[in-house]
Parts: sequence; structure tokens; C-alpha cells
Amino acid sequence: MPTIIIDEQEVEFQPGETIIQAARHHGIEIPHFCWHPELSVPGNCRICLVEVDKMPKLVIACSTIASEGMVVHTKSEKTIDAQNAVMEFILINHPLDCPICDEAGECKLQDYAYNYSVGESRFIEEKNRKQKHVELGPRVMFDGERCISCSRCIRFCDEIAKKPELTFVQRGDRVTITTYPGQPMVNPYSMNTIDICPVGALTNIDFRFKARVWDMSSTKSICTGCSRGCNIDIWVRNNEILRLTPRYNEQVNSYWMCDDGRLNTFKYVNADDRVDSPQIRGEGQLRKVEWEEAFDETVSRIKSFSKDEIAFVGSAHATCEDNYIFAKFARSVIGCGNIDFVQHIDPEFGDDILRVNDVAPNAMGAKLTGVSPSKSGLDIDGIKKAIREGKVKALYILEDDIITEDPQFENIITKLDLLVVHSTNHNKTTALADIIFPASAYAEKNGTFVNINKIVQRIRPAITTVDTDRALDGMEMSRLDKFGTEFDRWATGVKVDAKASWKILVSLSGLFDHKMKFNMAEEVFADMAKNIDAFKGLNYDDVGDSGVKLNYQFIEQKVKA
Amino acid sequence: MEKKAAKIRKKDLTFLQKIYIPEIMKGLALTFRNMIRPKFTFEYPEEKFIPSGSYRGRPVLVEEKNGEERCVACGLCSRVCPALAIDVQAAETEREKERYPEKFEIDMLRCIFCGFCEEVCPEEAIVMSKDYELAFSSREEAIYGKDKLLVPVDQLQDRIDFLRQYK
Repeated sequence: MPTIIIDEQEVEFQPGETIIQAARHHGIEIPHFCWHPELSVPGNCRICLVEVDKMPKLVIACSTIASEGMVVHTKSEKTIDAQNAVMEFILINHPLDCPICDEAGECKLQDYAYNYSVGESRFIEEKNRKQKHVELGPRVMFDGERCISCSRCIRFCDEIAKKPELTFVQRGDRVTITTYPGQPMVNPYSMNTIDICPVGALTNIDFRFKARVWDMSSTKSICTGCSRGCNIDIWVRNNEILRLTPRYNEQVNSYWMCDDGRLNTFKYVNADDRVDSPQIRGEGQLRKVEWEEAFDETVSRIKSFSKDEIAFVGSAHATCEDNYIFAKFARSVIGCGNIDFVQHIDPEFGDDILRVNDVAPNAMGAKLTGVSPSKSGLDIDGIKKAIREGKVKALYILEDDIITEDPQFENIITKLDLLVVHSTNHNKTTALADIIFPASAYAEKNGTFVNINKIVQRIRPAITTVDTDRALDGMEMSRLDKFGTEFDRWATGVKVDAKASWKILVSLSGLFDHKMKFNMAEEVFADMAKNIDAFKGLNYDDVGDSGVKLNYQFIEQKVKA
Repeated sequence: MEKKAAKIRKKDLTFLQKIYIPEIMKGLALTFRNMIRPKFTFEYPEEKFIPSGSYRGRPVLVEEKNGEERCVACGLCSRVCPALAIDVQAAETEREKERYPEKFEIDMLRCIFCGFCEEVCPEEAIVMSKDYELAFSSREEAIYGKDKLLVPVDQLQDRIDFLRQYK
């Protein structure tokens, strides 16, 4: 491979790569505002100027193609002078908004002002005044003064979202960004412009002023909005999720996620309608009970049915671990083969960018972990029919609101003698349940999802329940979490009394004299890796932060069967 | 090292010292001199101690003449506070500054009166006051909200002048 020399370090590069790419692949940071690895190269911010031997002037690293034998200096006197000059130039009209700007703390301009600028300006005139507080669309707020005209947002809309909704207007120091008259920015990926905006010109209306970034912890997780399984970070303060941001994963979502996933998949976790502690229906009313009482009640009532009178509905919303233990519970503990789950298909949702029609995160995982009927067992339609005919009298549902998904169930379910539901929130299904177990939401437990492309990915707990502890369970901690005591009002966020579904099922199995020895989700996964061919040999460390593709051919067979 | 015996100073007292009277007179002269000197002490709490502008009493928020707080809820005081005493929640306002503290609480049990919050504040919105009388009978009482923290700018002029001169 051809090589160039960057700062006396010999660096290999693929022919056609630019200097900034070659440097980046070898961990050498060249500052950049307008350049983004997934977008076209406009070369307009000039902060990536570097000195190249035998070239008369400094060149921009983002659009200069590397060629054999090039000698690049990113820390020479000339380069440092140029970087400082560019910073001074960009900061001429940049307001001192940091105290009121949501970007502060994760702002490229702030970082570079420390790293590449001496911090002095010769500009004594009045700064430009432009429009602040402009809603470009329903989800994105624009501040004209803060904008440094890098054009990343414009290029994102053109190239990635394929909806050219933004453009520059005016010229010189009056240049600003706007949408076309009367047409707000509404594309389903609009909020990615917030992440790629190197300054605070574009901010998140939903998250606006909710917290400073340094007060939150961030936890690597997976979006539950559809079965693409975009990688995300969950941002938490005081045990409350405040925002989600996409996390880079080359094989799944690159740098992006859709607005729907970003806004609509976490609010239920902090909602008031969370199921808090187990509940049993007595005389038509649900009442909160202790865990032990709920377990005993469930066991004694399930035992009153024969195994053919019971059916199990798994969930595409639950993790592989939950579904695996659920299937094990149905088959080995109860001895029942009537097990299936409900698909969540929204034909309107998908597009050819990231979104797919299967709007549950783990349908593939549910199938793989054994949530499908045994040979003589009933599938979901069979279960529906059998309940109607009175053959199935007890139904056990795992983390799924099947009535909202399939309204046919509403009339059928009233025919049941027993309905046990694991649920995170109160919904139409729990409204009819006899016993409700509070299930941990995806942000409260360890687990795995298998996405539509058969990539298994991990979710991690970001907020605590009564059952978990931030420090002892190794969860991400913010500064406030680390130093807060029970007497501090910023450490007293709501904790729901919920458990991961697999834990509830393990406890129940124990009462059926069928002990399962699992204490951690990781142990459940290890058992899956032992017993399910698709997961063979895997463990949580292999899955890691960016997921692993499962054995493709094998899955095809299994899904067909 | 060889230990040296402590040297004992042996000196006989002179005759005048032996009779004590001149020494007693000297001592009494000092006593009477001090009796008629002006007092350092106060009859606290009837009489209050009023410190100078350099005094760091409890931190307070500056309330402008129009009744609004200067604070923009940037959270820097909360970040810099070594005792994690300050809790700020920002919210949006129609005013030009865009954001204001919806909630601003200082846990006076945690506060160590270091004055970092005042030093870091970009808006001169939180300053150390002259108030040193702090007593609580419960943890909740020690949490000062905006109602207790906002103090009109006129009452803080001493401190603000001091800061402008020396900060």
C-alpha cells in the first residue's frame, strides 16, 4: 500500500483517500467542522488546513487526495498559525451564548477554541445580529447567530435523508440557513442535523434546556422503535431518561437514527402509568401485593388448569433472554407447546434508509429463542381460536399489549379464566389482567435483541429499579450519581418496583419445583449459546458494543420451519 | 545522637522582684489601661456584626430592579461547586436571555462558602452575601429555593463593587 508521512509518522492509505481520512484511520486528529465521514466534502470551514512539503500554500486536509510520499505537518508553526487564524475568523460573529446554549459541553467550537486557538480576538466591532429561536421544523430549533455555515445540515438533508429541505440564503456575513417558504423541515431524519451540527445552531426542541450534558450519564443501548436496531446512547439524569442520541455502528445505522425512534421510544419508561409492584385482581379491582404473594397466587392458579388449557404469548418487545426463559418456562416447567408471539407490522413505517416495517425490536430474537409453537402446539391464530372455543382457559403474556396490536383479542380475552401479564406500563391488556407482573423496561436491564439483519446486539441498564443498584450493578454513573446521597434531591429520582421478565419467570419456576440457576442475564445468554445453534459459542463480550452477525444460513432454515 | 541535658536557667530574683509590689503595679496598670480601651466584642445578638464587602456569607441570587433574576441557569455554579450543593433546572422564557432557572436550590448543609459559584458565574448573578445567620431544624429547611435566594441588587452593592475591583 502507498504511504504518506504525517507528523513524521509513516501512514498507509487506500488510493483515493484524502489526507484527513488517512490520518483519521491512524488515530491522528486533524480538526474539522464541515467535513463529516458520511457526507460530501465542501471544504468551506478551512480549519483542517495542513502544511504539505513542496506545496506553495497550506492545503485543506479534507479534500486533498493523499499521494505517495507526501509529507504532511499538522503541528508545524505554519499550520498552528492557520488554525488560530481560522478560529479567530469563525469566532468573529459567534455570540458568547455558551451559558444558554444546549450544545455547551459537547460543542466542537468550544473544544477547538481550547485546542487550536490562543483565545484572543482583535475584533472590537459589534457582532452581527441574526434571527435566534427559529423553529426550522417541529423538532429542530435554529439559532442564526451561532451558525458557522459549515453546511453539514444542508448536505445531510440532501444526501442522507434525500429530502433537500434546507438551504443557505444571503451572502457574506449575513449568510443564514432556512427552509423553503412555508415548508418546515419535517423529514423523518431531521434531528440528525442536531447531532452533526458542530455548534449549537441546531438544537433539540424536545430536550431544550432540560439538562446540561455534563450532568447526565450515557449508556450504550439499542433503539426499540423498529427492528433495524439502531445503536443509541441513553442520556440519564436523576434516574430519568432525558434524550437518546444515535451511536456509530457501521453495519447497522452508521451515524444516524430516525426522529420517531429518538422521541417516541423512551418516554414510557419515565411515564406515570408504569406498573409499580405486582398486582392481583380481586373483586374486579387491581390491588398492589408483595412479590411473594403474586408468585404464590400465579402458581396455585396455573396449577388448576391442565397443560393444554394454557397458552403462552411471547413478545417481540422483550429481550432474547426474556423470551428464552419464557419458552423454557412454557415447555419444560408447564409442559405446554401453545406458544407464539404477535408480530408488530406497520406497513407505513418503513423506508429505504433505516426504518423497517417490523416495528418491534426483537421479532427475530423471539423466533430464534423458541417462542414458536411445538409440533402439536397452537400458533397465535390457533390460540385465538382455542380461547374463543373455550379450549384454552389461561393465557400468559410476556411484555406485549396484544389488544392494542390486535383488537380482535379484546372480546376473546374476556372468555379467559386467568390472564397473567408481564408489562412495563398499564395498557389495554393489563386492564383485563388477573395478575400483573411489573416488567423492567429495555432501559432497566441487560439483554440482547436480534435485528432484522440477524445482528445480535446488547442493551444495558441505564436507569435503576428497586431491584438494581447503579454502583453495584456496574451501570454508567454521572458525577451526581457518584456523589449523591439519599438526602440529595438530585439523587431521589423515581425507582419503579419492577424486575426483568426472565427473573420473574425464574422465581416462578422455582415454585413449580423446577429450579433454574440464573442470577444474571449473562448466564441466561450463556445457556442460550449452549442450546441454540444460532447463538453457539457467543457471549456478551463477543457481542460487545457493536453486535455480532448470527450464523445466517442456519437461521433461514429455522425461521422457515 | 548524644542527648544533652536540658539547661536549667538558675537566676536569683532581685530584691525588687522578691517584694512583688512593683510587678503587681505593672500588671494592674495594664489591666486598667485595657479597661478604658474601646471594646472589640459585640453584644450579639442584640447588636449585629456587619461585615465588609469582602466577607463570604451565604450565596444569594441577584434580583434586578425589575424583579427578575439575572441567572440564566447555565449550571456552571452547580458544576464547579466542590460540595455539590447547587441544583439548577433551566426552563425557557420569552425574555431575551431565553432561559431562566425554573428551580434554583442551594443545600445550605452542603455549602462550604468557598465562593467558587460566584467566581465562575458569567452573569454576576450569584454572589456571596453578608448573611451569616443560618440555622435549621431539619434537612428540608436547609434547602434554600429561589424564594430565599433572590436578593435585590441594592442590598448587594458592596459585594458587587468588591468583585469588580478584585475579581
